[in-house]
Formats: sequence, C-alpha cells, structure tokens
Amino acid sequence: MTAGLWELVLRGLWTTLQLLFFSALLATAVSFAAGVARTHRLWIVRFLAGFYTEVFRGTSALVMIFWVFFVLPPAFGWQLVPMWAGTLALGLTYGAYGSEIVRGALNAVDPAQREGGIALSFTPWQRMRLILLPQAVPEMIPSFCNLLVELLKGTSLVSVMGMGDLAFSGNLVRLALQESAEIYTYLLIGYFLIAFALTRLMRGLEKRLKRGIGKDPLDEAGARAVKRAATSGVAARTATTTGARTARTAAGGVETVEGGAL
Amino acid sequence: MTWDWGAVRAFMPHFWDGLLVTLQALALGSVISFALGLVWALLMRAPTRWVRWPVGAVTEFVRNTPLLVQLFFLFYVLPEWGLTFSALTTGVFAIGLHYSTYTMQVYRAGIEAVPAGQWEAATALNLPRRRTWTAVILPQAIRRVVPALGNYVISMLKDTPMLMAITVLEMLGQARLYSQQHFQFTEPLTVIGVAFILVSSLASFLLRALERRLVR
Repeated sequence: MTAGLWELVLRGLWTTLQLLFFSALLATAVSFAAGVARTHRLWIVRFLAGFYTEVFRGTSALVMIFWVFFVLPPAFGWQLVPMWAGTLALGLTYGAYGSEIVRGALNAVDPAQREGGIALSFTPWQRMRLILLPQAVPEMIPSFCNLLVELLKGTSLVSVMGMGDLAFSGNLVRLALQESAEIYTYLLIGYFLIAFALTRLMRGLEKRLKRGIGKDPLDEAGARAVKRAATSGVAARTATTTGARTARTAAGGVETVEGGAL
Repeated sequence: MTWDWGAVRAFMPHFWDGLLVTLQALALGSVISFALGLVWALLMRAPTRWVRWPVGAVTEFVRNTPLLVQLFFLFYVLPEWGLTFSALTTGVFAIGLHYSTYTMQVYRAGIEAVPAGQWEAATALNLPRRRTWTAVILPQAIRRVVPALGNYVISMLKDTPMLMAITVLEMLGQARLYSQQHFQFTEPLTVIGVAFILVSSLASFLLRALERRLVR
C-alpha cells in the first residue's frame, strides 16, 4: 500500500472516530432528556417523549440518514455539513434506544429511595440528581456499552452517502488495489478493535461507578453462585436477559432492565 | 416545504415491490438467524474448548463489526472465490449470519434459565443426552426466548435497508431509484420512513400479543 492510501485510511478512521464521538454525545444527551421526561409527572411531557422514542425507534437508521441528507435541505432550507447531518441522524436514532435504557434503569431504582427523598422534602430535581441518577447510572452502563458498539457499527452507514469514513476509504482502497478479500478483512478487524477498546473502556467505567455507590461488580465465582441460586428455583423468569445480566440484576436485587431491544 | 401527492401516487407501485423484497429478506433472514443461532448456542456448550473457543471468537467478531462491511465482504469477495449468488441471496445470508450471533446469546440465556432440577430429573430418569435436549431442555428454553427473538426480527427489519448498498431493490433502494429518476426526494423517502414505523409498530404489537399467550 502506498503512503497516499494509508493517509486516506487514517483520515477515514479519524472521521469515523469523530462521528462516533459526536453522535455518542448527542445520543447520551437525548436519551437522558427523553428518558427522564418519560418519568415526568405531567402526561403531556411523558407523551411527547414517548412519541419521539416510538418514531425514531421505529425507523431504520439508514432511512433516517437519507432523510436528513435529502429531505431536510429542500423542506426546511437547511443544508447541513455531512458530519453534522450524520451526527444528527445517528444521535437521534440511537438516542431513542438509549432513552429506553434510561427509563428502565430509573424505574428499577427501589421505590423506597424516591419516598425517602420525598420524606426529606427534596425537590423533584434534587431527587433526580442526588438520589435516583447516582443509583440508576451504573445499572445503565452495560446496556449503554452495547448501544455504543451498535452506534459504532451504525457510523459505517454514512459511507453510503459518500462521507469519507473508515468503510468509505476501505472501499476506495479496494478499488485502487483490487484486493477485496484482504482489504475487507482488515476493515472488519479495524472495526472490531475499536469496538473491543470501547467495551474495555465501558467496563472500567462501570467498575468505578459501582464502587462509588458501594456496589462491587461481580467476579466470576460470585456470578456463578448467583446464577445457581436463580436457576435452581422454579421462578426463574429472567429468560430475556443474558446470563451476565441475569446475575447482575439478581445480585443487585433490582428489577430487570431491558432497554433498547426493539 | 412542498408536498406533491402525485409523486406519492406515482411511487406507490415501486413501494409495493420494495416492501415485498424487504419482507422476503426479513423472513428468510429470520429463519437463517434462528437456525444458525441455535447451532452456535449448542456448539458453545460443547465439552471441548477446541470447539467453544473458535465459535466464541468468530461470533464475537461478527457481532462487533458492521453489517454493512460484512455485506460488502460477501458481495465482492465470494465471487472471487468462485461462489456467485444473487445480491438478495447474499444479503439474506449476511443478515442471517449477523443476527445469528445475537440470537445465539438469546438461546444461551434461555438454556441457562432452565431450572437445574430439570437437568437432574433428566439424569435421574436416565434419559440419553439427545433426548434430554430435544424433549426436556430445548422446549422449555425456546418457549422462554420467543419474545426476545421477536425483538431481533424487528431489529432485522430496520437493517434490511442496508441491502440497498449491494444493489438489492428493497424499500429504500426503490425510493432512491425513484428519487434519482424523477428528482423528487421528499415524498418517496418520507413514504418509506412512515412505512417502516408502521411495519415495526405492527410487528411489535403482534409480538406483545404472542408474548402474552406464551408467558401467560
């Protein structure tokens, strides 16, 4: 491979990472806003947040990207830079999935905690900030980790619109070198390595957050013990969760958080 | 903002063609992913690590890489190896393979959620291994995981537009073709966007009904 092609690939990698970072930021902001709004006491706020979630979860990310690139400019007169168009489409789509995670985790906090906040006459905002979120956020991390990997895979979609991300530059290199098998294998490995790094990062974050509220993430032996306890009884009802999550939820004594499955 | 109902009417015949292809890809992809996922899940319980490790590594790899690049890989590389399939076949296989790595996790959770007493009872009754699986474990495991599998069908529906990238004319492909020919982007893209919302809402409604029947 020549130096020019390497530069192309590196520039593609940089675009992918930038897009991942920005759309992850937007998705996190949106998912917390919509997720918290779905636990609001006014029905209209709940309804609007629910409507947003249903609409954006219902469409495909690729259709959303097409819509932002082709329909938004003539319809509203906004011509977005490709990077922001991609960020907007991906952030809003994955934010809708994320809002389900946030809502699930908030609902899973022990009701006594909320009641305690009311008894101490905290304002709703203080309750959310000081009591509910610190306990709910560590429970969200594994689901958000999965979502982040999904988002990384989603960033490859912008290459269809001709944006020069990793997949796009991979395609160009393939055209230049005529070595499909090799180039695509390297491309897949590249994505896999990014995903692997993200997973590691999130696991470290989860450990830190859990320690912050005095909960230790389970080691393997502990997880096995909890699983044995959960499956030897007749009332094993956590079929839709994976093994690790079963252990985690059983240990924490909280209800199953199943977000973003749709 | 201008909205032209005439364009919608003109696009509708193409839309139905596209919907048909989308549903075809969805149905076949689901079947492949359900079958292949079960195979992976069972292989992951093999007694030797020489089976478990390669299967685990391959499925982990497939799950963590973009479906789009996998589609390109299968579409451009398989012909070089002398395997030529139609674009739709390649796409269906790619979707099935990609999602089998998700359904595998679902099956695994379902199998692990079968109470240990069931295994012990099968041992106590001296059932052979094959019969333990087919008559005791799998019927209970699969019953539990139907809702989760259904969720992946809906995810798969939302990933079918990617087939457009390998020249399959499903809904998005039809919309793109039509918009490029007539230079009207708003109507076709909005129509298929709404169609996706409708189809996935309908699917999740049906799924919830199914779940109620299965879980009691």
